[in-house]
Amino acid sequence: MKAGALLYLDLIMVILMLVLAIGALHARSLRHAVILFIVFGLVVALAWARLRAPDIALAEAAIGSGLAGALLLAALRDRRPGDDATRRAPVWQSVAVGGLVTALVVLLAWAFLEVQGGRANEPLANIVQATLHESGVSNPVTAVLLNFRAYDTLLELTVLLAALLGVMSLGPQRSPMRAAEPMAAGLIGWLIPLLILAGGYLLWVGAHAPGGAFQAGALLAAAAVLAHLGGRREFQLPGHTRLRLLAVAGCAVFTLVGVSTLLGSGVLLQLPSDWAGGLILLIELFATASIATALFLVYLGGHPPSWNSREVHPDA
Amino acid sequence: MPDAATLYGLLGIVLAGLGAHAAIVQRDSIRRLLAINVMGVGVFLVLIATAYFGPNQDPDPIPHALVLTGIVVAVAATALALALLRAFERSDDE
Repeated sequence: MKAGALLYLDLIMVILMLVLAIGALHARSLRHAVILFIVFGLVVALAWARLRAPDIALAEAAIGSGLAGALLLAALRDRRPGDDATRRAPVWQSVAVGGLVTALVVLLAWAFLEVQGGRANEPLANIVQATLHESGVSNPVTAVLLNFRAYDTLLELTVLLAALLGVMSLGPQRSPMRAAEPMAAGLIGWLIPLLILAGGYLLWVGAHAPGGAFQAGALLAAAAVLAHLGGRREFQLPGHTRLRLLAVAGCAVFTLVGVSTLLGSGVLLQLPSDWAGGLILLIELFATASIATALFLVYLGGHPPSWNSREVHPDA
Repeated sequence: MPDAATLYGLLGIVLAGLGAHAAIVQRDSIRRLLAINVMGVGVFLVLIATAYFGPNQDPDPIPHALVLTGIVVAVAATALALALLRAFERSDDE
């Protein structure tokens, strides 16, 4: 009975996601498409929770739906009135591409069902479970991210830094929003401390429960985006030296830890199991600061006035 | 009756297909970015579906870590693409 109820829930979720995705891809107005994409992301976050992936559900809601949606909505402001967002390929091309994509989907589905049918117990998952006590944390996802596969996460922080530098070098930020009306400003004043508190909690709890540097960084970035959207003058970005230090802190501390383990044990990023918990927290602390800084700065769509020390304020 | 992993995995493949189709058919750059993001979600769904072993068994944490990484990289790439688009449009205006 319980399994049957769950299946109905699954079917509703699947249909909802399909409809929202088609809406996001083909809605007549681009603004509607972006809003449907944000809703789609929130339903996907529910699907992650359903598939027992709460870490990803948190990240999807905060980053994949929240920040990506804010980015896309902000980008709509830049569009010139003449831009036609409804232009599509001619029908015959659309049908031809549809045929090819359908063939690909059928092929992939067949391959997926083959793999799914012959799937045994995952050997890698068993290794993670067997060595979890040496990792310094008890949340297996955090253990994989910051200990067993720390290399991937270091490279990911580097990718984030590279994207940040790309955005910063492309020009100045968008013109700031006008100040929020009193109701919204009051709400923002309430939300920002709550977001900072929740970010700190997620960072700490990531060691043994869903959470961690990415979710915490995303929440802090969301707080900064809210402050920016509200146009509150008392929230100012730090000066250019501190801003740049914040942006590279995650990569720098992570690399330093990696190099010290290389000198100590001869293996890059091989955390000694006695210290692993503390080292992971240290890395995550600085990674959170860098992730929040990077996500907020890329949201601005260009560098803020304080990014360069010599630059004259563009709005002045 | 299909189990949840199969259902969501197939959904992921269909979403990736829908995204690929829209990314080719649509001509507007922001719409194409949206389509690529939908494709990404489809790929993530396939990965997480393979990590799911039913309601009473722990999932495989390795695909979870991969997808967490993927979500952050996807949003960073989207932000860079949007900034590039804006820079193109500015250079068109000059």
